[in-house]
Amino acid sequence: MDYSQFGAMLPELIILGLFFVVFLADTFSKEGEKKWLTPFTTILFLLSTVAIWLIPASGETIFGGMYVDDTACKAMKAILNIGVFIVFLQAAEWTESDEMIVRKGEFYELILVTLFGMYLMISARHFLIFIIGLESASLPLAALVAFNKKHYESHEAAIKYILTAVFSSAILMAGLSYIYALSGGSLYFADIAKAVTEGTRSGLLIVGLAFLIAGIGFKLSLVPFHLWTADVYQGAPTAVTSYLSVVSKGAAAYAFFIIFVQVFGAVFSDLWEWMMYAVIILTITVGNLFAMRQKNMKRFMAFSSISQAGYIMLGVMAGNLGLASMMFYIFVYIVSNLGAFAVIAAIESKTGKVGMDDYDGLHKTNPWLSFVMTLAMFSLAGIPPFAGFFSKILIFTSVTASNSMALYMLVLVALINTIISLYYYLLVVKAIWIKPGEAKIERFDSTRCERVGLVICVLGIVFFGLVPYIYDYCYEAVKTAYGILI
Amino acid sequence: MDLSMLWYLVPSVIMFTAGVFGFVTRKNMIAMLISLELILNSADLNFVIFNRFLFPGQMEGMIFTLFAIAIAAAETAVAIAIIINIYRSIGNTDINSAKEMRH
Repeated sequence: MDYSQFGAMLPELIILGLFFVVFLADTFSKEGEKKWLTPFTTILFLLSTVAIWLIPASGETIFGGMYVDDTACKAMKAILNIGVFIVFLQAAEWTESDEMIVRKGEFYELILVTLFGMYLMISARHFLIFIIGLESASLPLAALVAFNKKHYESHEAAIKYILTAVFSSAILMAGLSYIYALSGGSLYFADIAKAVTEGTRSGLLIVGLAFLIAGIGFKLSLVPFHLWTADVYQGAPTAVTSYLSVVSKGAAAYAFFIIFVQVFGAVFSDLWEWMMYAVIILTITVGNLFAMRQKNMKRFMAFSSISQAGYIMLGVMAGNLGLASMMFYIFVYIVSNLGAFAVIAAIESKTGKVGMDDYDGLHKTNPWLSFVMTLAMFSLAGIPPFAGFFSKILIFTSVTASNSMALYMLVLVALINTIISLYYYLLVVKAIWIKPGEAKIERFDSTRCERVGLVICVLGIVFFGLVPYIYDYCYEAVKTAYGILI
Repeated sequence: MDLSMLWYLVPSVIMFTAGVFGFVTRKNMIAMLISLELILNSADLNFVIFNRFLFPGQMEGMIFTLFAIAIAAAETAVAIAIIINIYRSIGNTDINSAKEMRH
């Protein structure tokens, strides 16, 4: 075997190396040195993020076509890396708390392992690699959700997460086995795509596709596979919730796109267009309707993220142009959502309050946090000068680019839902700025790490819509890798 | 004796259905986990059957099954660890008692 092939997996090797370094540092450091672990990991991770942005993609296909490292995969990995970096900044304060101090190393290690799994999911061109990546991304996440050992909610969230995760991967594998039967004995994406293009539209293929949508839909919390989301988001530690809501969703969305558009693209209009059509409309609408009645901020963000997942999935309907706008949407979603979660996490760690009513009059005591939260809500709702508006507009135009009437209707439904979502996002803004009465949260200073994280999010929200650098980067990456086809 | 593929596929489908049914109706977390194992095993069985009967010259289904078995074991280990934690906090493993968060 030619071991030099591993050299093409540079992003994975960087993350794996980082994992081993953190693991060894955690294991062999003495009690007094433990306090250096957080800055050590965060700075090393920042360096790896920069490295992954700067290293050009090798563009090689290795292991006989099982793994590819093209420009689009690399761009997606870089985007995810930024999300994880912001999560690390937010988690710094939490990992220094008394009950966390002895096992904060495990937190970083598990996050790095899941990130490695997501990299594999993104780059996989063979279903075996994809499944391995998916599982190494979702199993450590269950351990992370259960991380607050002293809190019962954390365990309850973890059992709900692990049971649905295993159920979804079991369904996924069952669907895969049916597709394997039709594929001519190969699990390579390319071979299956060929078999699907040439083969007949049998019932087995429909069942297999439905199972695949269900299996990955669970990870993406698409309706009707979303029931675990609210409980898990509420019970998990806030740092883990923010990680779960953006990074793991982004990776799953990219993998979903690759599998469905590149492997089953030939049967798009015959078989799975209407399935995704129904799923997207349900996801956006149900997410919105349930978000309106939430009083707990973490549950609120859970339903908001369900609805956002629907918008992300719009990219799947639009071919390769959709991939570029989907990656941009994921990036904007990462900064906006993490901005909101940074405020929630800061307030929760200082006062323990997560109710929306507790945010009444927040601007009197904590104007900066209120400012960030407002920007994040505006961006999530898609109000013009902020990045969320541009990401929505780009994903809508990419869907309508094919001039199909059905897709126009889909965009119309999404548009109406954007207006509905404005209502509940503005509820938070109203609580912060307009509601009369005394503020319920004392004034406090956030830590330096939190501030850096908030500043990155604000810069992302304000500038990345107006400055087209990120979108151009995604567009060029997709164009180099797959060519833009409309 | 010459058994056709159907003789193997029917048990696999029965296992799948039993697993899904058990997952939805059972209230004990361990029983739910067992149901999940049934679904996973039925998928593995499918892979082996299709490989053996449809593509006898190739190995990919078998190799996939080996990996899937290892993955299923890992999943069970994590799930059992979490169930033990729940048992320590509330004294039983009934899924109906896990409803602290509900709105």
